[in-house]
This record gives sequence, C-alpha cells and structure tokens, in this order.
Amino acid sequence: MNRQRTAWLFLAPALLVLGVFFILPVIAALGLSLTDYDLYALADIRNLRFVGLHNYWALLHRPLFWSALGNTFYFVAVGVPLSIATSLVAALLLNSPLARIRPFFRTVLFAPVVTTVVAVAVIWRYLFNTKYGLVNYGLAEIGIHPIDWLGDPRWAMPTIIAFAVWKNFGYNMIIILAGLQAIPLDLYEAARIDGASLPRQFWHITLPMLKPTMALVAILTVAGYFQLFAEPYVMTEGGPLQSTVSVLYLMYEDGFKWWNLGTASAVAFMLFAIIFAVTTLLLRLARHDEHPAGERT
Amino acid sequence: MNPRLAKVLVNGSLCGLAAAALLPLLWMLSVSFMAPGEASSLPPPLLPVHATLDNYRELFAHAGMGRYLLNSLLIASAITALALASNLLAGYAFAKLRFTGRERLFQALIGALVIPAQVAMLPLFLLLKTFGLVNSYAGVIMPCMATIFGIYLVRQYARSVPDELLEAARIDGAGELRIFGQIVLPLLKPIMATLAIFTFLAAWNDFMWPLIVLTGQEHYTLPLALASLARDHVQDSELMMAGSVVTVLPVLLLFLALQRYYLQGLLLGSVKG
Repeated sequence: MNRQRTAWLFLAPALLVLGVFFILPVIAALGLSLTDYDLYALADIRNLRFVGLHNYWALLHRPLFWSALGNTFYFVAVGVPLSIATSLVAALLLNSPLARIRPFFRTVLFAPVVTTVVAVAVIWRYLFNTKYGLVNYGLAEIGIHPIDWLGDPRWAMPTIIAFAVWKNFGYNMIIILAGLQAIPLDLYEAARIDGASLPRQFWHITLPMLKPTMALVAILTVAGYFQLFAEPYVMTEGGPLQSTVSVLYLMYEDGFKWWNLGTASAVAFMLFAIIFAVTTLLLRLARHDEHPAGERT
Repeated sequence: MNPRLAKVLVNGSLCGLAAAALLPLLWMLSVSFMAPGEASSLPPPLLPVHATLDNYRELFAHAGMGRYLLNSLLIASAITALALASNLLAGYAFAKLRFTGRERLFQALIGALVIPAQVAMLPLFLLLKTFGLVNSYAGVIMPCMATIFGIYLVRQYARSVPDELLEAARIDGAGELRIFGQIVLPLLKPIMATLAIFTFLAAWNDFMWPLIVLTGQEHYTLPLALASLARDHVQDSELMMAGSVVTVLPVLLLFLALQRYYLQGLLLGSVKG
C-alpha cells in the first residue's frame, strides 16, 4: 500500500502538468468548438451560446477553410515524399563504405534541423528575394528570368516546401541511417556471391529491410507536416492571395486575431481528425504490407 | 562501375548536399557583417567589403536584443530544469515502481501523443487568462513543465536498471526518494543529458505558443522578436541576418557540443515511437 502511494507521488508532478495544461484543455476545446465563443463572450461570459455543430457546418461552407485544407494537403503531399527521398539519398550516401569523413558530413547535414525555424525562414525569404536574392541571381546566370518566388501564388508554396525539405531532411536521415546499419551485412555478402548488381541489392535487400523504418518515418513526417504554421507566418503571412494559408494558420488568425475561439476550436479539431485519419490509414497500409497473408502479430 | 569513379561520385554528392545544408547559414553569417544596404546590391555580394559589427551593436543597443536573449535563456532553462525533474520522476515510476493501472495509464499517455498540441492552445489561453498569466514568463513555462515524450524516453531507459539493486536498497531500509536520488539518478545520467538538450532546443526554438501567450514585447523570446522584426524591418536585411545569427548560434553550438546525446535521444524516441 505504501509503495502504491510512493508511485503516485512520483507521478504527481508530471500528471498534474499534463492534466491541467493538456488533457483538460483538449476536452475544453471540444466543448468550445460547440459554442459561439467570440470577442463578446471574452468580454462577458454571459454572451456565450451553445450552437451545436454549427461551427463545423459553417466551416464546410467556408471557401477559405477549403483552400487552407488544400494548401496544407499540397504541402504534405509534395513535401513529405520530397523530404523522405532526400533523407534516404543522404542516408545511403552516408552509409556507403566509399564515403569519407562520415561524422563531419553527418553533423553538417543534420545542422539545419536544430536551427530555429523563424531565423532560417528569414534567411530563405532573403535568398529567394525577387530582386536581390542569390537564387534569382544564380538563375539569371543560366538565362532564366527572375521569378517572384514568395509573391507569386504559383511559386510561394513550392518555395516553402523547398525550405521545409532543407530544414527537416536531416532528422529522418539519422533514423534511416540507423535502419540501414541494422541490416545484416551477410545478406549483401550472399547477394554478391550470387552475382546480384548494386541496384538489385538495393531493390531486393535494402528497401524491403528498410520498410518498417520508412513506414515509421512517413507517419511521423506526415503528422508533423500537417502542423505547418511558422513558415508561412514568417515567409508569406499566408499570402499571396492566401495561397499559403495553412489550417493552423487559419486557426491562429480565427482564434487570436479575430478572437473567434469557437470557430478556431472547430478548425483545430478538424485538423486533429484529419491527422488521425491519415496516420491511421498509413499505419494500416504499413501493417498490411508487413503481413500480406493477413496474419497478425 | 569503376571503383574510383564510384568513390568520387559518392563523396561529390555528399559535398553537394553539405554545401546546400551549410550555404544558407554561412551566407547569413556573412551578411550579418555587412554595412546597412550592402546586401541589397547587384550582383549580390558573397562577402562583406569591410566587415563590421554595426548590426550587432544596433541590435543590442536599440532593438532590445539583449533583453530577448535573456528572456530566451530564462524561459528555456526554466522549462528544461522543471520538465527534466517531473519527467525523470514519472518515467522512473512507470519503469520501476508497481502500482495498479500502471500499464493502462502508460498506454493512455502514449495514445494521447496523437493529439496535436495546438488543439489545447485555445482553451489554455483562456485558462491562463483567468489566472492572469497571459503575457508572463510563467504562461510560457507552465504548459511545458512535463512532456509525454520525455516520460516515454526516461521509462525506456530506466527499465534497464536492475530490480535487484533497488530491492537490496529497500531491504537495507532506504526510503524510495533516497533510492531514486542516490542509486537511480546516477544511472540515468546519459538519458538526463539527452532529455536536457532535447528540451532546451525545443523550448528555445518554440514559436507558436509563445506567440500566442506573450502579447507584450518585454517578454518576447528571440524567435518572436525576430518574427516581429521581420515584419517591421523588411528592408534591413543585414540587421535581420545579425538577429538570425544571435538566435541560431547558441543552439547550434549547444548541439555541436552535445551531439552524441541529441542523436541518441532522436533514435530512442523514434525506434518504437
């Protein structure tokens, strides 16, 4: 009995913090999303009304929500594969027995991950400046006309995606590298004896052995990329023509610029539902691939 | 393929990737030493003509950068110390102490990881507003005083502590708190370093929550100050780059010094995440 009490005493600080500052607010958010909490309710709580699912209904009829959703899906659908592909290439190169000074390369390639999003977004904004940016200057050297990277609705999101790939690929690179190093070397040995070429070894040994790692990396990255916020906040402020408004950006503006906390909570829950659905789907796909005969572990 | 060619190809590609990773950061450093307006000329200069510290002087003398640096240090250090303490206690309890509902509670916490933190932010703001904690250091620090990820990390690591060691100490009549302080904590040192650097970097780089809860400039952290500077001083790129250097350099150096622990945590946290 005494030991029980000790355990709960050890748990108390962490559980108290998580309960009060996370679990409770999440439940409250669900309640808040069913009300019309706005500036008037903020001033006087008696103005608060229960509106049921009206916020969700209104969202589904709001063009800006759909474009925010579209922009976010665009970012995830293009950004995640590009990020993971870059991570995979970098990890394969680092894992190659031919590579020199590997610790140096590993550190350098990982460096962007630990930098502050806001600070490096400021750098990229300047690198991609239409008039004075190095990128357009370099392109001009090979005869390409200047592109208004962050001012053209067609180019703003691709620029943010390029930024995200640069900033994040090092993270998955480390995880994939560990996955590569866990593949038993005798598998390659046996393949070499059988005369399998390098591409065939990659296709028939590396990729299948790497599958669980890749599934994990994909799920973590998808969940993370859906939470796009700081990049558009700093680089484009959601523009041009709202082409980089993400779902979280919409939540932030609804909630903390216009003080429509009811609507914003509904946006937050929609995002939660979408992330949950997509990651569950990916998890199912990964499990299905691991056990094609339908067996379960 | 010719082995020498392969070698050149692999190392050449690595050099290319490394250049892409580093160039923006090196360029930031270079521009931060340029005279005002110098970067906005054609062709874009790669190195300053006369390196100057004017931008840094301007930042600290007139833009309040010293204050923001201190704010960032204070907030990130407080979060690291407090989160470390609560996560160590809870992680150890989940790994080594027996109590009813242990597995179920742990599973519930892991399950809660799927909830994006932003869902909680709107009610959290109202909660802190009720207690007058909006626009205070406490408002930024308190929600970060424990993390599920941290508890998970400590639990995974603490499971390797041998039960016999703890039992022997109990038989000798040592109290649970003394066992934790004198036997367990020394064994947990590596994971403490990992968790500390993880927490510090995350707190330092955090943007959305401080942006919401800190409404006045006097409490701004570096990322907030930089973002507001970026919106007001679009033209002063040299100044902005100096601000980016001040923001990024501390965490970059910290990472370089404690890299081993950081990467270990990254792998521990994702292997069975």
